[in-house]
Amino acid sequence: MSTRPGAAADVPPTRRATQRRARRRESLAALGMVSPAVFLLVMFIVIPVVLAFALAFTNARLVSPTPAQFTGVQNFRVLLDDPLFYKSLRNTFYFAVVVVPLQGGLALVLALLVNAKVKGVNFFRTVYFLPVVTSMVVVSILWTLLYQKTGLINELISHLTLGLVQGPDWLNNPSTAMPAIIVMSVWQGVGFHMIIWLAGLQTIPQDLYEAADIDGATRWTRFWHVTWPGLSATRTFVLITITINAFALFTQISVMTQGGPLDSTSTVVYQAVRTGYSQQQTGYASAISLVFFVLVLAVSLVQRFLTREKD
Amino acid sequence: MESRTRRLAVSSIAALAAAALVAGCGGSGSTGSSGADGNTLTLWTHNAGNAAEYGVVKQVVKDFNASQSKYKVKIQAFPQGSYNDSVVAAASAKKLPCLLDVDGPNVPNWAWGGYLAPLDLSKGQVAVKDQLPSTVATYKGKTYGFGFYDVALTMYSRKSVLKKYDIRIPTLDKPWTKDEFSDALAKLKASGKFKNTLDLGTGDPGEWWPYAYSPLLQSFGGDLIDRSAYKTAKGALNGENAVEWGKWFRSMVTKGYAPQKSSKSPADDFRNGKTAIQWDGSWSAQANTDKFGSDLAILPPVDFGDGPKIGGASWQWGMSSTCANKEGAQAYLNFSRQTKYFVDFAKATNTIAATDAAAQQVKGYETGGQFNIFLKEAQKFAVVRPVTPAYPYISTVFSKTAMDIMAGADVKGALDQAVSQIDNNLATNNYSTGS
Repeated sequence: MSTRPGAAADVPPTRRATQRRARRRESLAALGMVSPAVFLLVMFIVIPVVLAFALAFTNARLVSPTPAQFTGVQNFRVLLDDPLFYKSLRNTFYFAVVVVPLQGGLALVLALLVNAKVKGVNFFRTVYFLPVVTSMVVVSILWTLLYQKTGLINELISHLTLGLVQGPDWLNNPSTAMPAIIVMSVWQGVGFHMIIWLAGLQTIPQDLYEAADIDGATRWTRFWHVTWPGLSATRTFVLITITINAFALFTQISVMTQGGPLDSTSTVVYQAVRTGYSQQQTGYASAISLVFFVLVLAVSLVQRFLTREKD
Repeated sequence: MESRTRRLAVSSIAALAAAALVAGCGGSGSTGSSGADGNTLTLWTHNAGNAAEYGVVKQVVKDFNASQSKYKVKIQAFPQGSYNDSVVAAASAKKLPCLLDVDGPNVPNWAWGGYLAPLDLSKGQVAVKDQLPSTVATYKGKTYGFGFYDVALTMYSRKSVLKKYDIRIPTLDKPWTKDEFSDALAKLKASGKFKNTLDLGTGDPGEWWPYAYSPLLQSFGGDLIDRSAYKTAKGALNGENAVEWGKWFRSMVTKGYAPQKSSKSPADDFRNGKTAIQWDGSWSAQANTDKFGSDLAILPPVDFGDGPKIGGASWQWGMSSTCANKEGAQAYLNFSRQTKYFVDFAKATNTIAATDAAAQQVKGYETGGQFNIFLKEAQKFAVVRPVTPAYPYISTVFSKTAMDIMAGADVKGALDQAVSQIDNNLATNNYSTGS
């Protein structure tokens, strides 16, 4: 402990010894408490990640009579020539770039709405939160039905436009499949972030709003100068969690489109899982994951830099 | 400073302890054999969610345990969806059971990977030569698995519908030709009575794609791989015939005959009269008969030039190579090879019993029975999926390529890409192949 050396010098030696002993006991207790978490983290995060990094440089296969061999950067060389990887990368970033602002913004709007002190607001909070507690697989299957060529959504479009507009076959059309998945994903995830925003909103002291009212601030200036700055910590959290969720896009793809039609919804995680499991190429799948890890890390670092605490 | 060093030390110790524990787990499993505790053998099956077939497995095991006192077989059932993953995980942990079932086309992959041991089936009551060839899995001259039943692809329609639009009802000896089939589809489409003129069942993304559509490709004269040496897919999968197939496949959508993606239950669509002709399998025959009775038309596959083709091989039984008690496993497998079990499995699953003798005892499949056509199809038209450890890879590439073609990809380009991926995989893995 380098802090307060002067204070320590004032204390008689016996007291210092007791203090040190107490501190040692404390750190032992801390060690005991932290060890289950550390063990699980090492077991299920650190070791798999290290393994994946190592496997990326081998020709490891899921089923193979021969042990994996070191092949250097062979996997990465193949990856650079793999057109599907670029498509998957583009789709993943497309998804993230649309979903992050859309879901974050919509969640904030909903949070502001359900933060109002009116009767029955809990009902709306529950309704918006319902999709979140529903399994993504279930949601995906239901929306697959909605998106069918003669599904509910197209029937609605047809009725609302008096039969003038016939909706497309959403999930089987390369240009509408990804937007369809984006809409569904935002619908499913928006409730969660609404709750986060709501928590943030309720930490903003009420007297700030009262002061703003006394100053005669309009609603907009009140939002811009009180609410928005008051949400800075929440903002970072929402931004980062949505980004990570968006990059991990897999379940919807696996259930609804399997990467099709014509690779228009293939994502990096989906490609890695398909390559590693269905195609049994563990080494190559690890290489995909490693490259993706580096890219996501870069994005996260940029985000951290942009959202850092400014003095 | 001091506390930081301590923290570092503490976390390193934790990491080391965890690593040691992991190493310990790995170490204890690598004794080289598993799946049996003395004379008690473990058996894995994919039938947890399939009560009818699971019932027969339980019956066979019960009879075996009662028939002798030396060995005892214990069943563990898995849902089909996670069965292959469980086997692969167990194999990497060297914890495979002694006895397990395996989907036919995966046998070469698992045999090559060292999961399965060759079988000696000479002591069973039923001779191997009496079985449908597609129900015995061989790899490099050795037998690794056998099944009690097989299934057959077929087309369903209604006699009354075909008659009404003046369409000849095809027979096993004289199936539809490509032109006749196109003609029939055009007539049915023109009637405007059906939501789907043809339903290929494209909604199911799994192994159904290679199982159902590679026989169409083979009927056109193409194939998944060049079977002369199993070293390349060139010519077979991107030759003229294959391109013909791709164009025809896509045209089913562009002409408005078939939906690009079928509903979740194409069989129900057919039974509800929404579909005129449905491409499906023998497993739906009973339900279709219950609905339409004698009006149901069970049609042999179309001859696109190289004769009608259907896929062969369904679930089969084998023994793991790490089995600690191979005599016991062999004894069980040979015991199970009795005609009555072939009959029971076929009855329980509405499938084709793997031997003639058994098929005669399953209602409908006997000579002259209305489902006997399936047995004939399996005997005459069945093509097993390529016998190569690369099959799981080929299967995923073919599925994706066929989906892309159906969605409008350039046929030749898509097939060329599939060939280069498959050839690349074959070259880097140096599989040994051949039945």
